Amino acid sequence: MPEIKVTPLGAGQDVGRSCILVSIAGKNVMLDCGMHMGYNDDRRFPDFSYITQNGRLTDFLDCVIISHFHLDHCGALPYFSEMVGYDGPIYMTHPTKAICPILLEDYRKITVDKKGETNFFTSQMIKDCMKKVVAVHLHQTVQVDEELEIKAYYAGHVLGAAMFQIKVGCESVVYTGDYNMTPDRHLGAAWLDKCRPDLLITESTYATTIRDSKRCRERDFLKKVHETVERGGKVLIPVFALGRAQELCILLETFWERMNLKAPIYFSTGLTEKANHYYKLFITWTNQKIRKTFVQRNMFEFKHIKAFDRAFADNPGPMVVFATPGMLHAGQSLQIFRKWAGNEKNMVIMPGYCVQGTVGHKILSGQRKLEMEGRQILEVKMQVEYMSFSAHADAKGIMQLIRQAEPRNVLLVHGEAKKMEFLKQKIEQEFHVSCFMPANGETTTILTNPCIPVDISLGLLKRETAIGAAPDAKRPRLMHGTLLMKDNSFRLVSPEQALKELGLAEHQLRFTCRVHIQDPRKEHETVLRVYNHLKGVLKDYSVQHLPDGSITVESILIQATAHSEDQGTKVLLVSWTYQDEELGSYLTSLLKKGLPQSAP
Amino acid sequence: MAAHLKKRVYEEFTKVVQQQHEDLSTKKLRLTKPSKSAALHVDLCKATSPADALQYLLQFARKPVEVESVEGVVRILLEHYYKENDASVRLKIASLLGLLSKTAGFSPDCIMDDAINTLQNEKSHQVLAQLLDTLLVIGTKLPDNPSVRMRLVEVACKHLTDSSHGVRNKCLQLIGCLGPVEKGVAKEAESQAARDVQKIIGDHFNDQDPRVRTAAIKAMLQLHERGLKLQQAIYSQACKLLADDYEQVRSAAVQLIWVLSQLYPESIVPIPSSNEEIRLVDDAFGKICHMVSDGSWVVRVQAAKLLGSMQQVSSHFLEQTLDKKLMSDLRRKRTAHERAKELYSSGEFSSGRKWGDDAPKEEIDTGAVNLIESGACGAFVHGLEDEMYEVRIAAVEALCMLAQSSPSFAEKCLDFLVDMFNDEIEEVRLQSIHTMRKISNNITLREDQLDTVLAVLEDSSRDIREALHELLCCTNVSTKEGIHLALVELLKNLTKYPTDRESIWKCLKFLGSRHPTLVLPLVPELLSTHPFFDTPEPDMDDPAYIAVLVLIFNAAKSCPTMPALFSDHTFRHYAYLRDSLSHLVPPLRLPGRKLVSSAVSPSITPHEDPSQQFLHQSLERVYNFQHLDPRGIQELLEFTIRDLQRLGELQSELAGMADFTATYLQCQLLLIKALQEKLWNVAAPLYLKQNALASAAAKQILEETYKMEFMYSGVESRQVVIIHHMRLQAKALQLIVTARTTRGVEPLFGMCEKFLQEVDSFQRCFISELPQMQGSFVDKLLDLMPRLVTSKPSEVVKILQTTLRQSTFLHLPLPEQLHRATANIIEPTGESDNPLRFTSGLVVALDVDATLEHVQDPQGTVKVQVLYPDGQAQLIHPKPADFRNPGPGRHRLITQVYLSHTAWTEPCQIEVRLLLAYNSNRSKASTRAPKSSWSESLEALPPPENGIEGTIPFSKPVKVYIMPKPARR
Repeated sequence: MPEIKVTPLGAGQDVGRSCILVSIAGKNVMLDCGMHMGYNDDRRFPDFSYITQNGRLTDFLDCVIISHFHLDHCGALPYFSEMVGYDGPIYMTHPTKAICPILLEDYRKITVDKKGETNFFTSQMIKDCMKKVVAVHLHQTVQVDEELEIKAYYAGHVLGAAMFQIKVGCESVVYTGDYNMTPDRHLGAAWLDKCRPDLLITESTYATTIRDSKRCRERDFLKKVHETVERGGKVLIPVFALGRAQELCILLETFWERMNLKAPIYFSTGLTEKANHYYKLFITWTNQKIRKTFVQRNMFEFKHIKAFDRAFADNPGPMVVFATPGMLHAGQSLQIFRKWAGNEKNMVIMPGYCVQGTVGHKILSGQRKLEMEGRQILEVKMQVEYMSFSAHADAKGIMQLIRQAEPRNVLLVHGEAKKMEFLKQKIEQEFHVSCFMPANGETTTILTNPCIPVDISLGLLKRETAIGAAPDAKRPRLMHGTLLMKDNSFRLVSPEQALKELGLAEHQLRFTCRVHIQDPRKEHETVLRVYNHLKGVLKDYSVQHLPDGSITVESILIQATAHSEDQGTKVLLVSWTYQDEELGSYLTSLLKKGLPQSAP
Repeated sequence: MAAHLKKRVYEEFTKVVQQQHEDLSTKKLRLTKPSKSAALHVDLCKATSPADALQYLLQFARKPVEVESVEGVVRILLEHYYKENDASVRLKIASLLGLLSKTAGFSPDCIMDDAINTLQNEKSHQVLAQLLDTLLVIGTKLPDNPSVRMRLVEVACKHLTDSSHGVRNKCLQLIGCLGPVEKGVAKEAESQAARDVQKIIGDHFNDQDPRVRTAAIKAMLQLHERGLKLQQAIYSQACKLLADDYEQVRSAAVQLIWVLSQLYPESIVPIPSSNEEIRLVDDAFGKICHMVSDGSWVVRVQAAKLLGSMQQVSSHFLEQTLDKKLMSDLRRKRTAHERAKELYSSGEFSSGRKWGDDAPKEEIDTGAVNLIESGACGAFVHGLEDEMYEVRIAAVEALCMLAQSSPSFAEKCLDFLVDMFNDEIEEVRLQSIHTMRKISNNITLREDQLDTVLAVLEDSSRDIREALHELLCCTNVSTKEGIHLALVELLKNLTKYPTDRESIWKCLKFLGSRHPTLVLPLVPELLSTHPFFDTPEPDMDDPAYIAVLVLIFNAAKSCPTMPALFSDHTFRHYAYLRDSLSHLVPPLRLPGRKLVSSAVSPSITPHEDPSQQFLHQSLERVYNFQHLDPRGIQELLEFTIRDLQRLGELQSELAGMADFTATYLQCQLLLIKALQEKLWNVAAPLYLKQNALASAAAKQILEETYKMEFMYSGVESRQVVIIHHMRLQAKALQLIVTARTTRGVEPLFGMCEKFLQEVDSFQRCFISELPQMQGSFVDKLLDLMPRLVTSKPSEVVKILQTTLRQSTFLHLPLPEQLHRATANIIEPTGESDNPLRFTSGLVVALDVDATLEHVQDPQGTVKVQVLYPDGQAQLIHPKPADFRNPGPGRHRLITQVYLSHTAWTEPCQIEVRLLLAYNSNRSKASTRAPKSSWSESLEALPPPENGIEGTIPFSKPVKVYIMPKPARR
């Protein structure tokens, strides 16, 4: 039985460090190659030694696929390709390919320049790594090698995020990466066709959440920001530089414009400008509204949002600041947070998920006193709000995607174990498919039942359909032909052609059978009786009485001779070819029953 | 068409036709028509290759064929068909057969047998499909011939087993269109095809080809449309089709389910996987809701649209569509216990609004939580959040329809609608504002909702703002803060967009009259009065101050205590506004002041409104004038017309009525003047001037009658007949005048005949109204008709003259509602001194913005006219999309007019005005001629033009200063 094996090296019952190994029909594919936010030691990268201890990775992997540019999905890529060593193809979409190196470079700067780590990948390595990348378009089927093909679907989540279908022959796996089923201000919703994969590997960040409508969320968010600004407070919104940041920028930008507000909005990092540039370019990857209106005005050309300078944080008066990183674990957002935390007029809005151990997670869990480095105690007086803006599918969205794709098996990654458990139960109950949730390093094996396509020659097909009743969609049909397995392909051909191709001579196989009949009459009279009898029974067949005293039913020959010892017994010789086995055996059984007594 | 045909062909074939006609005893000249069949035959015989033949056929298809020669053409085509080996030519012939059978007046039963015969030997699937299509056309042309239809259906059934999807498609389509609808017929004809057509079609729901499946569902829907009651058994089949792989199938299946839910709303269907049962309409509702989250947006739009029309659905199902979180299996009847459980289990999910509320709790019964099969849950929440705005619009429309029928649902969906005001696409915002207006009777806005609504007033789109004003006109606000907020926002809007003035005032008028008690406590603040100090008198011309006053005065109408709070200048301003903006400021009973309008006491019902009484009285006076001398009549008419015109100016509700009657009286006055004795007693050549007067009068009457007929909405046939009668009189007058001025009888012959024809057609059109026209001109004329037909023109004229003088004045009955079409050009304002400069020879676009009231079918009738100083006039037809419909009876034209001219030396003014086009053919009395189907696909035939087309200017002209500069080389 063929099988698909899946081993998560990261993101198995965990969020961060996405890296999943899939072997399907003898092909090995690595899905994503991310880093973990929570760790600064070896655990931040996936353990590539799992794949091979000493050989080159290129020999073991057929390709690497990156779903989108978030660091927990692509952060380990230069390390993997340049330091561990991989020369095979890396696939990602065009926007991902454009934006990914900026983020990697930023990440490298923070780790090497700020934290002073050595033995980290260099700028040159990032460049070399990007040279191995093959960019793909949406819905473009890319032939990795002769058997393995991949295809990207729109995933929503961030600009250029894609879901990938990996297909070998009839077996297929769909990996969703991160996706979003509700469209937002700048991106559309994820979409899959009814591709019925053998396995769907889906993220499950919000396995237990069903979110309110996005309009309520947006309204609440705007209201909170507006109120704080009117009070004269400052609003800090920690974000990751790309993704949600743009969404919130568009939201605030349009709101500011509509309400004619004057309070300044700042965006903290320099890399945004570069990235925004790409957002302006890849308009086709955004939602309907932006695509429709960009001719008049590109939505990513912000009027109200300016670049942030460190000195601005001490300015009096209200302001809104977007600062990175999103989980308040380091960098500018943490600095600003420390400055503003003491004033109850201020507010921090966490727009997304926070990994355990980060400051963001702590304040959201209600901690009001934080211990910072150097034994300093920081008292948090500012308001802390949480507003789920992260573009992941919620439980209903995940179920909806499963319904769209109709997979035979589901595998959950990228989520917390307890929540996965719940969703797993729901999926099994709802769709009656088996659902898996392997931990990191744990291999899941899924048995598949692939269909094997067989080519049939048109001549044979036409010939066979011509026989018998008209085709009926609801009934299976029996066909005769020869199955030819040659050069890794299957073909159904007519016996003659098969013989010809294989260079074999045709052998005829005939079955003969003797049937004894008690009949005192003369031979030719017996033959006549048999003839009449058969003619009466087999109305649909051509029964002929030949002049030489034999009977043919289609191609079956019947001859009658008197028994050498007993003249009263006639011996009927029935002979048929292998092809007429069905009719021949029927005839013999018919004759064995004897002739009807009252012969006409 | 004759040009294309060879002369030789003419000679050979047309003669025969002509001789046949000569046998008939008609004396009229008959135009010879070249026989189509002959030409075609020759062409086809000449064709050497299939490509040639195809070319001939294509050319042939471009021209219509007369009814008489259709059959001949068909024979030739068929003959060629049998000989032809090339499938593409046969295909074209088959399609031509279908086209020809569509010819109006041709009965295709004679070619049916041949068409069926051709089916027998046809091998090509495409040709087969085309032939079936032809049969379908033939069948539809013979609606009252059941045996033919039966035969065709039988043929179709035979071909249902064909291996090509195209053929099966067409067969199903044919069965759907022609299958027997009545049960009785099916029993009588005991042929095989008479089996239940529904079953035959139903069998193809599982066809292997999705196109055939779609066709099968469509055929079923077709049967339904033709009146066959579909069987309930199809429902379960249709439900399975909802999970089809192909979007067309799903889309059609959604429709089918909807149809069934309307047919059997109350039947009970079991819920799979449980032993409970629910109403079919509820089940169908759940299923269609489910499709709102389908993968294909086409299906989503379809589903969202249909939801709106499922009004029989139970209320608790309906309300779930707005709730996403209730995830339990809500399809069963809910007991209190179950509901408690649901609450618990719904709490199991986090809402995403608070951090950490998704911490795992102990699960009691996760089995009850059902994520996908929950049917109706949150369908609208999904629909309103959809990626495609088409789906969102459909969802808003559906919400609107459902909310109109269910007040409790309206209350619940309010939040969602208000949210939609912030949609990123303008059309969606607009649609949701309109929706809100439509359901505003059922709802009261909370303050926070009002806040969101009012925020949209700052929208830069004029359409949105005006829609919002409309909405505020009919909204209920719950608190005085709400009113205040609305006022403040509207004033803000006014300063930002001063052009919205009228619309904002109107909005405040309704806001005030709806909420008098809420306005009352706000009055001192709004008027900034102070208990001790006199405050400065505000500027009377300030639009914002007027806006405040409009609000207060309208509230004061039903709140008698309010005037006590006014200061002196307020009263003065009231008097001024009451006069200048009478449509916005209602009459008030103010203490200690004599007011003109205080005559209107509230006890008088609108029916006894004195102005209406006045109207009727003056009219009655006029109709009884017979006893007066001619001079008195003229004076009376003149006075009455003047009175009526003034009345129309004062009372806007009666304006239409007053103008209409005034115009009618004006016509009569003109007629009387023109017929004055002394004019006619003198020899004609000497009194050319008088003749000019009479002919001018006739012309003016004609014009006025067209105005009366086409410019007023609400004119009934009773009025139309009187108008036509007046027109007839004018034409008679014209005839008389012409007879007196022209010498010789020759031209009179034609005129007389034409006039008599008109009388004849008048009689035909208004036969039912004639009895009420005793003693009128036409009544007398019809009595004299036999004499008129035989007599000479001079005699006719004499008779006409006497009849015209003796005829009585017809009483014009007034309809209930009569409105005059008016137009007001808002933009260009005509005030600009800066000429619009452009290079001559190029075009400049002029924005035109106008409001139209009481115009029926403005897309077809309203034109823009541009008059250049050199007398050149240009008529522009605005695009249908340029008309918006903000409210009943009102339209708004926002369009661009392209101007161009040769260079001028200095700037000059052009005139822009709106015209109302009419066509007497399209008059309300006659029905429209059916379009011929042939001309749809081919070159349009010139429409039968015997009606008079013309235009009526109905707006004040606006002057625009332009300056075409010479082009620089």
